[in-house]
Amino acid sequence: MVEGMIGKKIGMTQIFREDGVVVPVTAIEVGPCVVVQKKTIAREGYEAVQVGLVESSAAKNVTRPLRGHFQRAQVAPSRILREFKALVAMDEIEVGQEIRADAVFQVNEKVNVTGKSKGKGFQGVIKRHGAHGGRASHGSMFHRAPGSIGASAYPSRVIKGMGMPGHTGFRQVTVRNLEVVKIMPDKNVLLVKGAVPGHNGSYVLIRKK
Amino acid sequence: MNKLEFVEQEFMRSDLPNFRIGDTVRVHVRITEGEKSRIQIFEGVVIARKHGGVRETITVRKNSFGYGVERVFPLHSTVVDQIEVVRSARVRRAKLYFLRQRRGKAARLQEIRRDR
Repeated sequence: MVEGMIGKKIGMTQIFREDGVVVPVTAIEVGPCVVVQKKTIAREGYEAVQVGLVESSAAKNVTRPLRGHFQRAQVAPSRILREFKALVAMDEIEVGQEIRADAVFQVNEKVNVTGKSKGKGFQGVIKRHGAHGGRASHGSMFHRAPGSIGASAYPSRVIKGMGMPGHTGFRQVTVRNLEVVKIMPDKNVLLVKGAVPGHNGSYVLIRKK
Repeated sequence: MNKLEFVEQEFMRSDLPNFRIGDTVRVHVRITEGEKSRIQIFEGVVIARKHGGVRETITVRKNSFGYGVERVFPLHSTVVDQIEVVRSARVRRAKLYFLRQRRGKAARLQEIRRDR
């Protein structure tokens, strides 16, 4: 129906396959989501479905312009709005329509999950760029420092994109090709194999491949 | 109940008997070799139980031909076919790791009768 959904990361757990093999999974609470607006070629110049996440606690501090936006769609205000491509004709989707996980995803399907990674603060090159660092002991005086950042007289400058220390994490990360292990429509939960960016309770976007 | 417990609920099994730390149990382990599967029994003392929803495990210790053998079983896994309680013992702590340091007579636990 649409290519993806908004979800909220619940946390990781594991489930057992028939043969006893453990599958690490991330549980994602997927709405239900609701269609808030349809973007059309006539009005916006492109086609998309704007979707909001339905949560048990309604968004309280909605700005006036947004409140009107939700009111026009006749839906409860949601904290997060995202656009997705429609996979069916636009006429088949109605504003206010509920989108459920079992209508969008299938078990064993591959999905991409986008989220905001956990913030790590200011980090050095070892954590941030995977530098190896020096020896810890035996007289070594080079431990976690970045080391050389380039040659001397030529080019007389540092090459762009050189990995340096700095703020790490808290950026958008997409993990691709995660397998949908189970869909639990009664609980509005999606189990996806493997890890998903962000801390528990953060918003993620799940898109079909 | 937090949301993760709410999700895990669905995968947890309820057919396991009540047992405690110090109990001697027979764990029926399902072993799959190629196509065939059979049941092997591992009998020993439960020395630890680590909780955590579907991730709950028990550690069972036994003495096998003079060597201490420990196995960790995920309780909610299909590998564990069933668990029987053989006898119970009086213990005063939740983790019986001290049994690893003991052998022979010193490694015994005082048995108690518990109505189940």
